[in-house]
Amino acid sequence: MNIHEYQTKELLKSFGVPVPEGRVADSEASAGIIAEEIGGERWVVKAQIHAGGRGKGGGVQMADSIDEVRKHADHIIGSRLITPQTSAAGKLVQRVLVESAQNITKEFYLGLIIDRVAQRITIIASASGGMEIEEVAKTNPEKVVREPVDPSIGLPEFQCRKIAARIGLTGALMPQAVKLMQSLYRCFRDKDALMAEINPLAIVDGDKLLAVDAKMSFDGNAVHRYPEITNYRDFDEEDPKEVEATGHGLNYIALDGNVGCIVNGAGLAMATMDAITLHGGSPANFLDVGGGASPEKIANAFRIVRRDPNVKTILLNIFAGINRCDWVAEGVVQAMQKQAISEPVIVRLSGTNYELGQDILNKSGMPFITAADLDDAARKAVAAVNKL
Amino acid sequence: MSVFINKDSRVIYQGFTGQHASFHAEEAIKHGTNIVGGVTPGKGGATHLERPVFDTVSDAVIQAGANVSGIFVPPQFAADAILEAIEAGIETIVVIADGIPVQDMVRVKRYVLGQDAVIFGPNTAGVITPEECKVGIMPANIYQPGRVGVVSRSGTLNYEAVAQMTARGHGQSTSVGIGGDPINGANFVDVLRAFNEDPDTDAVVLIGEIGGAQEVDAAEWAQANMDKPVIGFIAGVSAPVGRRMGHAGAIISGEADTAEAKMNRMEELGVHVVRNPAEIGKTVDKVLKQ
Repeated sequence: MNIHEYQTKELLKSFGVPVPEGRVADSEASAGIIAEEIGGERWVVKAQIHAGGRGKGGGVQMADSIDEVRKHADHIIGSRLITPQTSAAGKLVQRVLVESAQNITKEFYLGLIIDRVAQRITIIASASGGMEIEEVAKTNPEKVVREPVDPSIGLPEFQCRKIAARIGLTGALMPQAVKLMQSLYRCFRDKDALMAEINPLAIVDGDKLLAVDAKMSFDGNAVHRYPEITNYRDFDEEDPKEVEATGHGLNYIALDGNVGCIVNGAGLAMATMDAITLHGGSPANFLDVGGGASPEKIANAFRIVRRDPNVKTILLNIFAGINRCDWVAEGVVQAMQKQAISEPVIVRLSGTNYELGQDILNKSGMPFITAADLDDAARKAVAAVNKL
Repeated sequence: MSVFINKDSRVIYQGFTGQHASFHAEEAIKHGTNIVGGVTPGKGGATHLERPVFDTVSDAVIQAGANVSGIFVPPQFAADAILEAIEAGIETIVVIADGIPVQDMVRVKRYVLGQDAVIFGPNTAGVITPEECKVGIMPANIYQPGRVGVVSRSGTLNYEAVAQMTARGHGQSTSVGIGGDPINGANFVDVLRAFNEDPDTDAVVLIGEIGGAQEVDAAEWAQANMDKPVIGFIAGVSAPVGRRMGHAGAIISGEADTAEAKMNRMEELGVHVVRNPAEIGKTVDKVLKQ
């Protein structure tokens, strides 16, 4: 689960990470008031959307007067911001973060990830701040410091000093860096985060460390432990089809093709998409119905897949273990009857209660195209699209 | 022969009296699995499926000689159940629970270091040695005893591959699910090593997916250490970059993570790579006849 920059900063601040003074505004007027309250002579107005690269899309603006703050806020709020990480249509901006502008001497990168190789939380740091860390890792891998953290002792001071020294945070800055890293780690651990990134982490006014920009995401399987994080969720940032699917216990991801896919299990769902692609077709989505899918769940899967106007045919591929082919078949028949489905529907059933399921399909009198196996199913789905 | 579990395994299910665990324990018993009891805290002393229920794993080990456990407890309690099993001396722990918080598993992995337990999963369909022992949720009827080892991250894709193999007469020595999570117990190399040492396994089918470097690491290990052929498939050629495809581990975050890059690298390392998921069985057939 992703959250906004202003939410991340609010959270990090509560753990003792120094962040710029600022607050979020949803209108031109409130942006002006916030700037006045913060005081100073220079402010930054930042669009709050989940996608990165906001500066490149014009979503981060400097202002030298309160009037200018209002002008930028007015311009950004309600606009669609296009960045390298959004679709071509961009994302609607509903809020801006108004902060005092910083006098930056030098920028660093500091992040925490779940490291699959180390099987631990790993801290990543670099003296090349402000750049994408992936880019730095590619061009100057020696400039990226990686330190896995032993979960049984946490992040000790010596390890923070080691990292700080290697990226050049020495002298009076070192103790600040140690405290900041430990605060960030505690926040990451105590809230079950999956990713945290301070980029840039900056030296401001010559001698102070500050998290100038920050981003965090959280483990969807753990957020129920933290109501305050759950409250940060912004449904406007998510695909409504994906939100609805999650509500039905379905895992749905929209793609660009025209063959709608309904499959059980993530691996088989990907393999089904791959088989469609190999036969020259293009999947419209990834959809995993999970285990123990009821007829209603299957019918809901049809509803969600068909909401995508690009879908020209639907391929249902179920290899039932914990699922039951008879329940799945009932769901398919239900969907066909109630949803007036005109697209060709290709059904491949296998595994638990296969005969019962096939029997239900045969007796329904509905115009299914049945497929014997995965290859047959993918071929028939692509042929059905090509015939249209 | 087989790896990890066999007819002599003494199996318990944790979360034994729950609906899912009960159903799958019954299926496992029908398949010949030696289930010696189960654990449900608070229900110790009861009898379920004609077997004893224990309050703690430690009781099950001492009183029933359990050495294998299937974890069927809800995900928010699963890490604790795994720790309990490790502490009690269970040797093989199969974690069916899906949706365990990732950092819970980070702590579990730290705890298991230096101990004798092997963990499979979380989010695995389980481990099965056909007609001897089944700890998991897989449909037993598609498996048949044989001489090909199978290891996969995905459950249903494992069924797909196994069904294709069985249809062509190639049974399985053991089929192992390592699960789809980024922080998991045994990895591909651990399982390949076991298959390599098993005199009754002639070849291994390895089914991976996008995300991480586990499959390539496994191929490197196989090239250096194995004479038995490895047949590999990677799901997700058509997956977009940056989107998590169901499994928490299945996300392309760098170029080396893509299915294409992994398959190319594995091929260079001597793995018989299958490009079409519908041709896994056919390829096993071809490789074994060479």
